[in-house]
Amino acid sequence: MEEYTVATIQVNLISGRSIQQGVAIEGGKEKPAYRTAAGIIELDPSDLKKLGAWKSTNVRVTSDYGNVVVKAIETTQGPHPGLAFIPMGPWANTIINPNTYSTGMPTFKGTPVKVDVAINEPVLLGIELVQKSCGVK
Amino acid sequence: MSEYVIKNGHVFDPVQGIKGDKADVAIKDGKIVTNAGPGAKVIDATGKTVMAGAVEIHAHIAGPKVNLGRIYRPEDKLFTCTPTRGMERMGGGNSIPTTFKTGYEYAKMGYTTAMEAAMPPLFSRHVHEEIRDTPIIDEGAFPVFGNNWFVMEYLKNHEIENTAAYCAWLLRATKGYAIKVVNPGGTEAWAWGLNCLSINDPVPYFDITPAEIVKGLIEANEYLGLPHSMHIHPNNLGNPGNYTTTLDTLKLAEGFQAKNKFGREQVMHLTHTQFHSYGGTNWGDFESKAKEVMDYVNANKNITVDTGNVTLDETTTMTADGPFEHHLTELNHLKWANCDVELETCAGIVPYIYSPSISVCAIQWAIGLELALMAKDPMRCFITTDHPNAGPFTRYPRVMKWLMSAKAREAQINAFKHKDKVLSQTSLGTLDREISLYELAQMTRAGPAKSLGLASICGGLKPGMDADIAIYNINPDMPIANPEDIEKAFTRAACVFKSGVEVVRDGEIVSNGHKRTLWVNAKVKENPQVMRDINEKFLKYYSVTQANYEALGHHFVPNPYAIEVDAVQ
Amino acid sequence: MTKTVTDVICPFCGTLCDDLEVVVSDDGKQLLEVYNACVIGTEKFLHSQSKDRVTRPRLHQPDGTWKEISYDDAVEYTAQMLAKAKKPLMYGWSSTNCEAQSVGNEIAEMARACCDNTAAVCHGTTLIAVQDIGIPSCTLGEIKNRADRIIFWGCNPAHAHPRHMSRYSIFPRGFFTGKGQMSRKMVVVDPRVTDTAKMADVHLQIEQGRDYELLNALRVALNNEWLPDVVAGIPKEKIREVADMMKSGRFGIIFFGMGVTQSLSKNHNIDEAIALTKHLNEFTKFSIMPMRGHYNVTGSGEVFAWQFGFPYSVDLTRGFARYNPGDTSSVDLLIRGELDAMFTIGSDPGAHFPISAVKHIANLPSVCIDPHLTPTSGVSKLHVPVAFNGVETGGNCYRMDNVPIDCRKVVEPPEGMLTDEQFLIKVRDRLKQLKGAA
Repeated sequence: MEEYTVATIQVNLISGRSIQQGVAIEGGKEKPAYRTAAGIIELDPSDLKKLGAWKSTNVRVTSDYGNVVVKAIETTQGPHPGLAFIPMGPWANTIINPNTYSTGMPTFKGTPVKVDVAINEPVLLGIELVQKSCGVK
Repeated sequence: MSEYVIKNGHVFDPVQGIKGDKADVAIKDGKIVTNAGPGAKVIDATGKTVMAGAVEIHAHIAGPKVNLGRIYRPEDKLFTCTPTRGMERMGGGNSIPTTFKTGYEYAKMGYTTAMEAAMPPLFSRHVHEEIRDTPIIDEGAFPVFGNNWFVMEYLKNHEIENTAAYCAWLLRATKGYAIKVVNPGGTEAWAWGLNCLSINDPVPYFDITPAEIVKGLIEANEYLGLPHSMHIHPNNLGNPGNYTTTLDTLKLAEGFQAKNKFGREQVMHLTHTQFHSYGGTNWGDFESKAKEVMDYVNANKNITVDTGNVTLDETTTMTADGPFEHHLTELNHLKWANCDVELETCAGIVPYIYSPSISVCAIQWAIGLELALMAKDPMRCFITTDHPNAGPFTRYPRVMKWLMSAKAREAQINAFKHKDKVLSQTSLGTLDREISLYELAQMTRAGPAKSLGLASICGGLKPGMDADIAIYNINPDMPIANPEDIEKAFTRAACVFKSGVEVVRDGEIVSNGHKRTLWVNAKVKENPQVMRDINEKFLKYYSVTQANYEALGHHFVPNPYAIEVDAVQ
Repeated sequence: MTKTVTDVICPFCGTLCDDLEVVVSDDGKQLLEVYNACVIGTEKFLHSQSKDRVTRPRLHQPDGTWKEISYDDAVEYTAQMLAKAKKPLMYGWSSTNCEAQSVGNEIAEMARACCDNTAAVCHGTTLIAVQDIGIPSCTLGEIKNRADRIIFWGCNPAHAHPRHMSRYSIFPRGFFTGKGQMSRKMVVVDPRVTDTAKMADVHLQIEQGRDYELLNALRVALNNEWLPDVVAGIPKEKIREVADMMKSGRFGIIFFGMGVTQSLSKNHNIDEAIALTKHLNEFTKFSIMPMRGHYNVTGSGEVFAWQFGFPYSVDLTRGFARYNPGDTSSVDLLIRGELDAMFTIGSDPGAHFPISAVKHIANLPSVCIDPHLTPTSGVSKLHVPVAFNGVETGGNCYRMDNVPIDCRKVVEPPEGMLTDEQFLIKVRDRLKQLKGAA
């Protein structure tokens, strides 16, 4: 296995809808299209450069609450240096801030994360990811 | 179906002119019959008062603004929740009860029919869903017409036939009951942040006046011969000095005669008159003009009114008079909700506290009572609180106590911080009239039923009418020791029948009955122009398609009662 | 031969488009084409026809496989689970019709459950703010006909409500807005240059999470008072420009979404947005409207409210309704481990709740009612597929502006499949027996 020396970047993570995610969920969350739509992190080109990664590389995103492997892609709704976007779904929800601070609402928008290249790690399919995290066969 | 005979009660029935005589009332197959069959179950009403079930002519109990009120006031549920118990689903809410609680509370007071006062046509499905989920009582809903784009465009050119055709179409599309008008023209102006405060203020762009809208809708109503008259919440609600606008509005009915096959004699029903009987020029010199208003109403037989009594509670105001609600939130700084409805109307909501320590609230309380006490014809003046605007409907027994007992009124006046203002700014202190049980039956049963065009169906105990009956623990032969007994007796009826089914016994719900949704199906001759106008507006201006607007499937109105009107001329 | 069903309502998002046309086979069993829907709505209709649909309930086995069971057995499992539980949660409701929601409420009342809908992770904080400060709003047709100032704050309709701008908010030629898009000025507030922002006259690329400050600064600008040089990453000149633009309109609207409901200040953001709207009414007519996500989350809130008195996060465990977001809301209940059963319908908490909450679902007796395979069905013990609401069965739904529209049935569901309502009625009747008739 090759080892790269690449930088870890720190970014602010938000999560939300995308039209591809909408189409994918209606097509079935067990399908690869869901992973393609929502198992991604959209980064600003400047952040990708700092990371030292090519576009469409798998990365590990880590927060105080967990970590997940997703595919890093260059944002199509930028520029937004310092900000990262993972579409709503189980990949994002593995790492966003679950605290509701007594409002009932988790903090889906605004979680500090670090991103590392994880070129040989696979991105799991949606249902698979959740089952694995929950220890369900 | 079951047979019952209510024996030996003191009957008060204005339809048959029975003023407290002991009489039996027999029920068979949902109707009142002349004689009881041998197998009839006996209900002993000895020493009790027997009346027809009461008829609520105007309350906000079902629909989008009512529900927004529930949603945005969780505090209204504090200490008011009732658990699931026996027949009853759980309930909650004081000024805006949940739908199950609404039905139970009305029924327990002996109310058997209620009219939802304002239905925004675009939201008629919502109104009907809530009506369906309100147990026991028959209900109908009034779609609003006074700020409707079709109505304003037709009436600008005085096209009565077209207006009537549109009204008939809308009543059918929304399963509505009557032509309701709220702040005519002013609510359309409010979509631009403006208002119409007098009957001659033109509506922005549409360039028609409230007077023209009101007169046109009276004409359309009589052209169709609908069971109820045009039902109006006039312009300038709630402002000191507004009684002049009210008199101007009442005068618009002059010269019109009721035309219908339902026994209705009025062409205009003016609602929650208390809010429209204000004198003075500001809150400092605020005074009652109830006498001026009732002098006019008493002298003009083609008008009916309801009172809109203030109950001195914390409550929630909600009305299609959008600009008024904005004005109110600027006054009391309590949370304000608003929803403008495309082409049709608006709704506004603001909580309000009628505190007995505030002189204005005390005067408002007095005005509501003055109106009823000054009414010469109890068949034309009905008791309401414009629920929940002036107070929750659950306070009706308290209002009845104040009307029936001068002693109770005096006690309340003496309890006011500003008693002197109540006495100087109103004439309540000079009125010692006490409404009798017979008059109460007129003002809460026979009168509203007749005004609604339902005189042959409810509001009375004449054989052939629906067996909607309430029995109260009041013995007319015994003088009332304590006015609180009046309130207590009317709060929980001893027994209530709805369409011949016993629904309340000793103040408890024992059956949900088979409630009906009352609506009016008016047939007019085909009007291609109106249909084209409707098609066009849906295509261009509405945000839903015509087919989706019109679809009111059976699941919304599971037990409809259509009143047929033939207006093909 | 085919026939075309018109005026079809799309059951995806709160835009609730009702102008779809669906071509079906003559026998009403096959759905062939969809017109006028966005890509998401089209996918929903067409995917309902896919051959790999699950059509019968399935019970998760210890070895990880699924065993197909009958609907009757599924009813029994569900009713037993709810009867035995002391504090079950009945969650979701947003992708089903009001008739089903109402039956669900009967069940929740009998089972003394907590019940909640997807507002819990969407516009719940909006509801909290509305309960504090009220809400001046309007129907979408008013926007179409009157609005000339459109603000999208913390939302991205180009992606989440794709036909919103063409049906209601930017492009339509309404009665007083005959020039369509030319009649309107559009402002977008978003930390990213979203596809919606690219269309705006002004894009305020706000520092993420600083919406409260910017909303408040706009109010200061309305009062013509002093502002610091930069607020939330936006220069004061820009703030004043936008404030003036808003004031100078005839009818303005703020549409808002998750950018403000889900970032750290949550309900306080919405409070300030509504305060700004109310403040603007001193100068001109202004309204505000939440961009509701699911096509019938609004309906669930309405039905909860008229039956129980509260719009979401309702606790019926004591036999009467209680409401306290943060205490009675789904994510908190799960994470604190307070529940002993989970019933999910018309939603996917497995995908959309934080994973720490989903782990609890996986450890509880759980039922998931959903036509699709989802992360929730993947961690629930019982998965019950049902007909697609709005495609294979009709029923009433409420749009984001609270307008009720009755969805249509376009095709027959697969042979033998039940609708939500039918399944729930069976569960209710069985639960009534188990609890002893009242």
